[in-house]
Amino acid sequence: MYYIDPHLHMVSRTTDDYETLAKMGCVAISEPAFWAGFDRGSAESFRDYFRQLTEVEPKRAAQYGIQHFTWLCINAKEAENVELSREVLKVIPEFLDCPNVLGIGEIGLNKNTRNEAIIFQEHMELAIAYEQQVLIHTPHLEDKYQGTRMILDMLGKHDIDRTRVLVDHVEEHTVGPVLEAGYWAGMTLYPVTKCTPARAVDIIERHGSDRLCVNSAGDWGPSKPTAVPDLVLEMRRRGHSESLIRKIVFDNPRQFFSQSKNFVLADPESRVGI
Amino acid sequence: MNSNQILDREFLEIRAKILEVAAALDRIQRAEGDVSSDSRMQLVADAITVIGTEQADAIRAEKIQLLFSREYDTKWLEGFEIASRT
Ligand SMILES: [Zn+2]
Repeated sequence: MYYIDPHLHMVSRTTDDYETLAKMGCVAISEPAFWAGFDRGSAESFRDYFRQLTEVEPKRAAQYGIQHFTWLCINAKEAENVELSREVLKVIPEFLDCPNVLGIGEIGLNKNTRNEAIIFQEHMELAIAYEQQVLIHTPHLEDKYQGTRMILDMLGKHDIDRTRVLVDHVEEHTVGPVLEAGYWAGMTLYPVTKCTPARAVDIIERHGSDRLCVNSAGDWGPSKPTAVPDLVLEMRRRGHSESLIRKIVFDNPRQFFSQSKNFVLADPESRVGI
Repeated sequence: MNSNQILDREFLEIRAKILEVAAALDRIQRAEGDVSSDSRMQLVADAITVIGTEQADAIRAEKIQLLFSREYDTKWLEGFEIASRT
């Protein structure tokens, strides 16, 4: 089955992973800007990172017939440094017209601090000013519930089209508030700290399939970039229809991304060669 | 799938996972030191109670998530003294 992984950090993966993804049916990836595993020293370092996301990765992906899209921001962890964040915020508009940029992301909270909240709001203002879609990271483990509620509080203060915002890494206790507020929700299949394929399917069965996407959030940590096909298999084992599976792993992300002017997806059925 | 089919599929998985939890708690107990007053041990005990308690709705996973979550204060924004930016 063709699928889209809406959240995958390919800068920290090997070219072999692109090959495996292609073999498994992945036709498009969206890569939000995130933390590199260490704090970067300057806004120039982010400028280089944004060039990597907009110039290098699309070419690497194209070799395997995968379309690469991206989101730009300074992530929540480095947003603790307000001064640096504001410099990076000034750099972002230079890249918003690059053909693979879908919007601002993944912004959000990490430890739910005041500085993170300040920079989150400044990113939202940038997104609104440039009419960008938004992809939001929610914190992990014990900070997730509090952080997700704080994010929903802040989003509620902005006059935005909620169907152009995706709140990611939802789990059993946060998916309800996100969907009920009218946003899209993403479930991340990630070992130990996030959701398993079985629990993600439970969430689909409980909350329905509308405005819900699933991703691997593969990165430099112990993650599995091919986790979306695991979900496909789990749904099949439970007897779900191919059309429902396709909705979750292909139609939904395509529908969400289609609201971005830069999102043009080649029809996988009609392509010839890579 | 009906409940019987799901039980057939999940029984050995459930058994294995419960054994993992039991063995991990044994490992902690056998080791040097005392963690009985560590709040995480109470969280684990409370979570096990949730699993073993009959639920009106099937929301054990959600309850356990909330049990392991930090508290959310609806007035958090006032505490941060961030000017409303809208
Ligand atoms: Zn991410």
